[in-house]
Amino acid sequence: MGLWFSLFAVVILTFVVFMGVEMGKLHFLFGLVVPYAAFATFIVGVISRVVGWARSPVPFRITTTCGQQKSLPWIKADNIESPHNTLGVIARMALEVLLFRSLFRNTKVELKNDPRLVYGGAKWLWLAGLAFHWSFLVILIRHLRFFTEPVPRLLGLFAGIDGVFEIGVPVLYISGLIMLVSVTYLFLRRVFIPQVRYISLAADYFPLFLIIGVGLSGLLMRHFFKVDIFKVKELAMGLVSFHPLIPEGIGIPFYIHLFLVSVLLAYFPFSKLMHLGGVFLSPTRNLANNNRMKRHVNPWNYPVKVHTYEEYEDEFRDKMKAAGIPVEKE
Amino acid sequence: MAGIIIFLCLITFPIWYNVTGGKAEYVPDLKIVTQEKQCVESKGYMRNNHMQLLNEWRNTVVREGNRVYVASDGRKYDMSLSRTCLKCHVNKADFCDKCHNYVEVAPTCFNCHVVPEEKKS
Repeated sequence: MGLWFSLFAVVILTFVVFMGVEMGKLHFLFGLVVPYAAFATFIVGVISRVVGWARSPVPFRITTTCGQQKSLPWIKADNIESPHNTLGVIARMALEVLLFRSLFRNTKVELKNDPRLVYGGAKWLWLAGLAFHWSFLVILIRHLRFFTEPVPRLLGLFAGIDGVFEIGVPVLYISGLIMLVSVTYLFLRRVFIPQVRYISLAADYFPLFLIIGVGLSGLLMRHFFKVDIFKVKELAMGLVSFHPLIPEGIGIPFYIHLFLVSVLLAYFPFSKLMHLGGVFLSPTRNLANNNRMKRHVNPWNYPVKVHTYEEYEDEFRDKMKAAGIPVEKE
Repeated sequence: MAGIIIFLCLITFPIWYNVTGGKAEYVPDLKIVTQEKQCVESKGYMRNNHMQLLNEWRNTVVREGNRVYVASDGRKYDMSLSRTCLKCHVNKADFCDKCHNYVEVAPTCFNCHVVPEEKKS
């Protein structure tokens, strides 16, 4: 259900931009208005989501840990699995953000025919996820050549390494290939693993199809349905320098690619893709586990009216004495 | 808070890069110095697909020994970068390089081919 809905949505989007540019000649809309609107939505949306999270109170540190907490000096503590200071938190977060450490611990449970319950490692998701995210980053960085003039030297070097196999002209970038293969795996696992399929929703399939659409349109545009990238850069430079212009005669594949990217950007803040910001703000991971070392007073605790024993005794001393109850002050 | 600032700095990199150190207005001006009216294929086709055409030429010449290119309008050309392409486009620096530098591509043509000597005009 969610699968077909998402696929249909992406196909419709592609169709809309195709018809809009081919029939409607809406180059202005799809080349300038939509990208600007999408980018604005992306920035405002991401910031408001992050601010919303940052404002939510975390009165008590609820770190998820899987290592020995720091306590007595002769008990060996694990400062990465259960960090007690900022340095440990930074190390833990870096490993999580850059290497997806928690996903590496992914396990699967199987009922072998014995019947025996067997726990095993499940690293494919971690591998595909890591490959996907890193190659996506590489692709993103490579695209900066369309948005900078003069192009930084480093980018040329970067692209050279990415296309080191020199397959075809223009050369095939490894990152593009890895990205498409890994995102296809991430999609197929949702289809073929019954448990994962059961919990998959349109919100899971849609970003996958959208990213597949972006990657595929980019790859096809680079290698099969070529467009004039000279003019593409003119358009891109116009966008980033706020002197927008639409050069004549950029092929449809470019507009499809640009529109799918715009949709992805605009969809971003409203979707699970916000894990981009969320991973940094998850309080179970970005706080030091020092609940026992430091007292964290709930900042909005209102002053509680207390009636101490001394006051109690002052109030009832006579009655207590009369009843023969011992008192502290005579 | 610092996170948001870092995010904004990264995401707007192209904007401030071009404002501070860039030449956002720069569009290379290609010089075509020839009397010929028409390239081997149409201008639009050449703009989009010249790299593919050149690659096919190389393969046909080097691997199959065939040097005759029949264009889509039926005219025949000698498949040769040095003798056909560079005959008209004598100005590598003003023609090939300008555009390639603009979009940051590094073709390997002149790893083997000799860079033509340019007449100073």
